[in-house]
Amino acid sequence: MNLYNYILQQADNTLILGQRLSEWCGHGPVLEQDIALTNIALDLIGQARSLYQYATEIEGKGRTEDDLAFLRDVWDFKNIQLVEQANGHFGTTLVRQFFFDVFNFHFYRALQNSKDETLAAIAVKSLKEVTYHHRYSSEWIIRLGDGTEESHQKVQGAVNDLWMFTGELFVPSTADQAMLEAGIGVDLEKIKQLWMEKVTAVFQEATIRKPEDTWMQKGGKEGKHTEHLGFILADMQFLQRAYPGAKW
Amino acid sequence: MSTNKKNWPLWEIFIRSKQGLNHKHVGSLHAADAQMAMENARDVYTRRMEGVSIWVVESKNIHASSPGDAEAFYEPANDKAYRHPTFYELPEGVKHI
Repeated sequence: MNLYNYILQQADNTLILGQRLSEWCGHGPVLEQDIALTNIALDLIGQARSLYQYATEIEGKGRTEDDLAFLRDVWDFKNIQLVEQANGHFGTTLVRQFFFDVFNFHFYRALQNSKDETLAAIAVKSLKEVTYHHRYSSEWIIRLGDGTEESHQKVQGAVNDLWMFTGELFVPSTADQAMLEAGIGVDLEKIKQLWMEKVTAVFQEATIRKPEDTWMQKGGKEGKHTEHLGFILADMQFLQRAYPGAKW
Repeated sequence: MSTNKKNWPLWEIFIRSKQGLNHKHVGSLHAADAQMAMENARDVYTRRMEGVSIWVVESKNIHASSPGDAEAFYEPANDKAYRHPTFYELPEGVKHI
C-alpha cells in the first residue's frame, strides 16, 4: 500500500500540473510559448500515465490508468497543493512551474537509484524531459525577474503568493517515509537542500527576493486540497462521469 | 495571441534532420534573443523528432537576391548545357554521382 501511495503521489502531481498547463493551450502570450507550455503539459501527462500504469499493476485489482485519473474524487488525490494552484498570469504559471520543476528534476535524479527497477526506469526516461523543463522555467524566472519593472513586480508577487505551497514538497508522508527506508524512495531532506540552492541562485540572478520564513500549507499528500482541485477534476473528469466508459 | 506593437525580432530556423545531412530551412519564429530562439525552435520545430541540430539566424542578417535580378542572374545559364557533367564516360562501378 505504501508503494502504491508513493507512486500515486508523483502521478497525481504530474497529472494535475499537466492538466493545469494544458489550460494555456490556445491562450499563450505568443504562439511559441503556447506550444512550449503545452509540450511540457504533454510530457507531464505522459509521466503520469507511466506511473498510473505501474500503480494499477501494484494494486492488482484490474483497474486501469483511466480509472485512476478519471474516477477518483478530490480526497483520493495525493498531489501537493502547489500544482493545483490557479494559472494566474504567465508569470504566476512560470513561478509555479519553476518551483515544481526544480523539485521534479532532483526527485527523478535521485529516483534513478531506486531499488524498484520500474520506478528507476521511469525516472531515467522522465529526467530527460524534466531537464529541459527545469532549464526553460529557470530562464523565464530570470528573464522576467530581471526584465522590466512590471515583469519584476509580477514575478515577485507570484513568488510571494506561492511560497507557502513549497514547504509541502519536503514534508514526508507515511509513504515517503516507508519507501525511503525500503531504499525505493528518495530522501526529501537532501532534495530540499538541492532545491533551496537552485532556487536561491536563480532568484539572485533574477533579482527576486526570497520570502521570509512563513506559514507553510500542507496536506495534499493526505488528500487535503485547496478549493481549486474540485474545479480541475470537474473539468477533467466530466466526460467519464457523464458518459461512463466513453471512448473515442 | 497578443498583438504587441513591440514584437520580438524574427528568426530563421534551420534544422539538421540527421547526422551527415545539411541544415535545412524549416521556417521562422519570434524570440527576444538567440537563446530564446533556440528553445522556441526546439519546441516548435523538433517536437516530432525532426532534428538533431538547430541553427538560428536573425532574419535581418539574411540578404536575399532580388527578383528583379533574375534575368541577369539565372537566364545566362539556360543554354549552357555543357556545364552539366553529362559528357563524361563514367567508369563502371562509380556510384553516387
